[in-house]
Amino acid sequence: MKQLYQKLMCFAIVVIGLMSFTSIQAQSITVSGTVTDFNGQPLPAVNVIEKGTNNGAVTDVNGNYSVTVPSDAILVFSSIGFVKEEVPVNGRTTIEMTLAEDIQALSEVVVIGYGTQEKDDVTGSVGAIEEEDFNKGAMVSPQDLIVGRLPGVQVTTNGGAPGSGSTIRIRGGSSLSASNDPLIVVDGVPLGETGIAGMRNPLSTINPNDIESFTVLKDASAAAIYGSRAANGVIMITTKSGGKNAPLSLSYNGNVSIYTVPNTADVLSSDEYRELINNQVAFGNVPTDALDLLGNENTDWQDEIYDTAIGTEHNLSFSGSKFNTPFRVSVNYSNQDGILRTSNFERGTVGVNLDPSFFDDHLKLDVNFKGSQVENRFANQGAIGAAVTFDPTQPVRVSDGQWGGYFYWEQPSNPSRPITIAPTNPVALLEQTNNSATVNRITTNANITYKFHFLPELKANLNLGLDQSSTDGTEFVSADASYAIDDEFGNGTTNHYEGETKDEILEFYLNYTKDIESIDSKLELLGGYSYQSFYNENSNTVYDASESNIKDSLRIDKSEAFLISFYGRLNYTLKDRYVFTATYRRDGSSRFSEDNRWGNFLSGAFAWKIDQEDFLVDNETISQLKLRLGYGEIGQQNVLSRYPALARVTTSGPRARYQLGNQFYRTTRFEGYDANLKWEETATWNAGIDFGFLEDRITGSLDFYYKESTDLLNSIPIPQGTNFTNELLTNIGSLENRGLELAVNAVVVNTGDFRWDAGVNFTYNENEITNLTAVDNPDYLGVFVGGIGGGVGNTVQIHSTGYPRNSFFVYEQVYNNSGTPIEGLYVDQNGDGIINDLDRIRLEDPAADAYFGFSSMFNYKQLTFSFNARMNIGNHVYNNVASQYGQLANVYNSTGYLNNVSPYFYDTGFLQPQYLSSFYLEDASFFRMDNMTLSYDFGNLLSDKLGLYANFTVQNAFVITKYSGLDPEVDGGIDNNFYPRPRTFLIGIGVNL
Amino acid sequence: MKRNIYILFIGLVVYMTSCIDDLNVVPIDPDEETAETVFTDVESYKQVLAKIYGGLALTGQQGPAGQGDIAGIDEGFSSYLRQYYYHQELTTDEAVIAWNDQTIKDFHNHDWGANDVFIRGMYSRIYYQIVLINEFLRQSNTDKLAERGITDVETIANFRAEARFLRALSYWHALDLFGDIPFVTEEDNVGAFLPRQASREEVFEYVESELLAIEEEMIAPMSNEFARADRAAVWSLLAKLYLNAEVYNGTSRYTDCITYCNKVINAGYTLHPDFQEMFLADNNDINEFIFRVAFDGQNTQSYGGTTFIIHAAVGGDMSASAFGIDGGWAGLRTTSAFVNKFDDISGNTDSRALFFTDGQSLEIEDLSTFTDGYAVTKWKNITSSGQPGSDLTFTDTDFPIFRLADIYLMYAEAVLRGGSGGTATEALGYVNALRERAYGDTSGNITQDGLTLDFILDERARELAWECHRRTDLIRYGVFTSADYVWPWKGGIQEGRATDNKYQLFPIPASDIAANPNLEQNPGY
Repeated sequence: MKQLYQKLMCFAIVVIGLMSFTSIQAQSITVSGTVTDFNGQPLPAVNVIEKGTNNGAVTDVNGNYSVTVPSDAILVFSSIGFVKEEVPVNGRTTIEMTLAEDIQALSEVVVIGYGTQEKDDVTGSVGAIEEEDFNKGAMVSPQDLIVGRLPGVQVTTNGGAPGSGSTIRIRGGSSLSASNDPLIVVDGVPLGETGIAGMRNPLSTINPNDIESFTVLKDASAAAIYGSRAANGVIMITTKSGGKNAPLSLSYNGNVSIYTVPNTADVLSSDEYRELINNQVAFGNVPTDALDLLGNENTDWQDEIYDTAIGTEHNLSFSGSKFNTPFRVSVNYSNQDGILRTSNFERGTVGVNLDPSFFDDHLKLDVNFKGSQVENRFANQGAIGAAVTFDPTQPVRVSDGQWGGYFYWEQPSNPSRPITIAPTNPVALLEQTNNSATVNRITTNANITYKFHFLPELKANLNLGLDQSSTDGTEFVSADASYAIDDEFGNGTTNHYEGETKDEILEFYLNYTKDIESIDSKLELLGGYSYQSFYNENSNTVYDASESNIKDSLRIDKSEAFLISFYGRLNYTLKDRYVFTATYRRDGSSRFSEDNRWGNFLSGAFAWKIDQEDFLVDNETISQLKLRLGYGEIGQQNVLSRYPALARVTTSGPRARYQLGNQFYRTTRFEGYDANLKWEETATWNAGIDFGFLEDRITGSLDFYYKESTDLLNSIPIPQGTNFTNELLTNIGSLENRGLELAVNAVVVNTGDFRWDAGVNFTYNENEITNLTAVDNPDYLGVFVGGIGGGVGNTVQIHSTGYPRNSFFVYEQVYNNSGTPIEGLYVDQNGDGIINDLDRIRLEDPAADAYFGFSSMFNYKQLTFSFNARMNIGNHVYNNVASQYGQLANVYNSTGYLNNVSPYFYDTGFLQPQYLSSFYLEDASFFRMDNMTLSYDFGNLLSDKLGLYANFTVQNAFVITKYSGLDPEVDGGIDNNFYPRPRTFLIGIGVNL
Repeated sequence: MKRNIYILFIGLVVYMTSCIDDLNVVPIDPDEETAETVFTDVESYKQVLAKIYGGLALTGQQGPAGQGDIAGIDEGFSSYLRQYYYHQELTTDEAVIAWNDQTIKDFHNHDWGANDVFIRGMYSRIYYQIVLINEFLRQSNTDKLAERGITDVETIANFRAEARFLRALSYWHALDLFGDIPFVTEEDNVGAFLPRQASREEVFEYVESELLAIEEEMIAPMSNEFARADRAAVWSLLAKLYLNAEVYNGTSRYTDCITYCNKVINAGYTLHPDFQEMFLADNNDINEFIFRVAFDGQNTQSYGGTTFIIHAAVGGDMSASAFGIDGGWAGLRTTSAFVNKFDDISGNTDSRALFFTDGQSLEIEDLSTFTDGYAVTKWKNITSSGQPGSDLTFTDTDFPIFRLADIYLMYAEAVLRGGSGGTATEALGYVNALRERAYGDTSGNITQDGLTLDFILDERARELAWECHRRTDLIRYGVFTSADYVWPWKGGIQEGRATDNKYQLFPIPASDIAANPNLEQNPGY
């Protein structure tokens, strides 16, 4: 590691030296007093400034201030969230002040990159959601809180495993081979580039209960300030902190949830299966030998591997303000079993947040610490597919059986050995494997803001952040497992794995804000520098179960990367109506060679607050109207390899040696590289309006966007003979996303006792690859992607020019008159008499054309009922369960085993697998009720101080879809061995003290 | 005040500029270096040489799978030898496969296209070897050796000659399979450029000139270390090139073929007395092998090579343990056209008739059914004493690229095709030597009259089945696509049919046509 902290020290000395200078006050009379709100509570941190000067003071925790001003001065009292007041001094030495809350402003400050901004002044496309609007229920992972809530933001959970991750896409994703994940910034710390072994999901270490708000920066002009990593948008998470001068408060909430198995894949029951085998043997489609293999049991294998599971969660937080330091401390404990037996997620987190300020608030410190420990046990997910395919006539266990007593398919010639290509007993897969890992993570930062004494308009901000994870895990397969036989080194497996990631950030910026009243303008200038380092280390050693023999000796992988950026931002507001933003950044990445590593990116945006114009300012219908226009460029460099432009050589492992003479040599390989690799560039055009009607009872926004990524960092076939690989990460190709986003929120009814809030958001997105190759060759189909189960190496998707990313690429099935697909008969698209790759067609893609989010909340007195739902339209799924198991060829294998069949066979009658048939491509549009919550606020019990509330939630309540498989929502669009999303029933209570 | 601002900014500037150097990174992984640091001694060069030789056997740096060398294809499929087997055997009467992996059945059906994953895999493997060898030659030139203080120039010179032999071998495969092909040598550096397409004739001449140039630099026959190529390997490849010259450039070179066959024959190789033993786990000291791809169940693991051939050929009622493996993959069988080349398929007379017939039908009703078609038991992972190899998944069995029997048959064929420098009597003697080994006595011997070109084609099948010669042989005889010889499921129909002549060449992968505007596609694709 570089000596980041040494550098920091010398830097800190410079800053602290500068801060130790005190300002020089002018001579005149001293005015003092107390500032309070309407309830008489003292207000700290109110700016009391002599109008037209920089002279002034800030109120202390008791709301007191003292300021020396000319006796004829005008004092301006201002504080975020309150209406500004101007008071002439007129020689008085005491002025008491009461400030009115600016209710609108309070909720409309949004966190943007490097600071906050009044929502009114935002020029880019920004979506924000705060705690009270979060999704309800058992939220193990932060992203669950915002599923379906913001247009343009799509969160797809990767399945039903406890604590499992999600794929988050903002406006469709801008890359092909580079990352399409948005940057996630937690309290100013951008999270690392990579996950770590043993952790399901990097976000799952953060306690959702600590989160105050999410802000999503969607377009380039908004996200540009985080430029080097913001090509796919930015999600900024702000955690809760103790309020300024807030009273001490203690709160607890907890819940118990029950996870049920909503449904399982359709397979034949043992009786149906016996009947099928008998019939098909009679028809001559299955050899008679199959009959000898049939067993006498009735086993529902899926029932054997899935079970209802229980989870609990406890949250305790303590917050307030002491010693001029607002603080918040929270602890969380969650324990959740998975519905796939043996999977478990257990987490403890600690969060500490301190916001002390010094020197009359000229120096503010914001310290966040989040520590977590997650214990994961990963169930062997191979059991999911095995349970679908395993013969239902066989028993789970055989008494006195070998290999742990679990049934296995015996080799006919050697019954003590299993047939290696036969499926493994799913229960044995679960019970004889234990893959557990402990992950510790610390995410912490200190944010120091210094407001210059001699120039309060100028602020310096230093942010130091650290995100460090370590993992220690073991994947154990017991010595009597039939699927881990090793005569050479001993049966079973013990794979010890460890990993560490350490990502650091240093950011420094200067921010200058100036009201230039003479020309009715406001100016904000920001200039900054950011340094980020990324470090990863993974190692593992594989032993046999008894750990007496090493199977694979210690292997260590290490890599690091650095990003350095310089940036500047200008915000200019004219007449409080016209807002201009311009951003420039210069980003350097260690992934590229010295000549190519720097990229310059510009963005600009304009907002027109139409509602402030004379012709609208008094309009009673239109309460808010703003037009936003923006253009921006952002660079992308986040590719898997950290040295893609470097000529490296690697040494092979012990199993990949080659014998020359009497010795086995580890081989030395030159790695493919592109010395000319440079930044991928995404340009975004955005046009939007924000609107509000009837005193903002109805609010919303509408955005159109067009994103074009050029010089794609793309792993594509390169001219053969030019590099040490056939596919190289290089800059080629371009990609577009075009879309529309609409969000409308309304207070539908508000009669005092009864209130109904409803919201709907809508996103339409089109993705198209506009170029993929150096030469335009119409005969080149594209890059095959989308590997499926069944056969080896079969793919059903393709990236090709003129089509959406991951378009399905299949043969067009021919059907008979009764609508049954005719086996092996496809449309000969080019009419050349043979069916080959040239007859495959690009048909649909996995991404939804449009998606909706719905939210609704009914309040009647203390009772609240709310729900959140989503609808996706036009997402397609390739039903790999049907294509793999809905045919007869795998039923009997001549080496001596049987496989179950999926009832899809009855629809097709396919004797051989037809993996590439369009028959298996289904429209998987769906409506999903994500959660429904009923909660009751008991109000203050026992004393005024104790608040109690309770809630009941159903998550994943129901899904409406035509898709015939298990779940229509499959990230990537290939439905195979999908871990079912549980239906969750949750009861929770909360207490506030 | 101003002074303090200056201090601040100077401090900042100093700090920021010092950090910018952090963007210059070098690998920190213990298994990674750069080309500039890796070459310290002869041994370090030999590790690259091992990669080049290993390129025929291995698929990546981890073994058996992981960190694959080439992309766009399953790593197990990406094995050089496995792909060479697909191209040379699955397209012929010698082999069919049951599986449904991508376009794998297109090989036997003769209806592959330019986007075929496997064809691209073969092509990519070939150029992977060539680029690697070009780099090795650049890194081992006189200047680099002097710069790095490597003094054992003679050893390196042997390495370089062997590398050039392996490049010639791959270029031969390329010109044989693809015709006119991209052409790069050590003169072309790594980077963004567009290789030109050289004609088949030009590549032929290049391969010939390379082989002639390195002949003397190669270590003498049978004097090199195990698994390294020697001068006889160069001669064997020259003989192959000349035997097929008429296909490649329309000029017959049978006399040259005989010249180089003679050199090999006189070098001291002998026929191994037991035919089956050559294809077993302990075939590492077979004197008949001129050049081999070496496999080892513990140290040289991949899902290609003989691991693929042996596993894929076991299924049905066959006992996996009899083949020294933990289970069959139930894929490969053969056609009746091949079986019928033996008068007695029991193996009792001609020991090369190595079939498994229990539960298998001779004729193939359904290509996807393993029990349709006889299984072939030639390749096994058991030793000559019946013990299993060192690993039940990954085989120990080596694969001969060139062996003496092939040279004998090439000699005989070249004589029959009118080459001089050999005699018909000697040709008959060589062929009968093979038959005596096969029959255990002279009962299978043929007469001079029986020694015809057609007989040699069939004899090559009997002797060299599943050793990746068949497609080249059938094309040389003009029967690969023609109606003169059809076999079951040739052209995708059970009784077989003639197929388009374009299938005598594989297409240049469409991906390369799209990446390299200098390339022109083979006719018909």
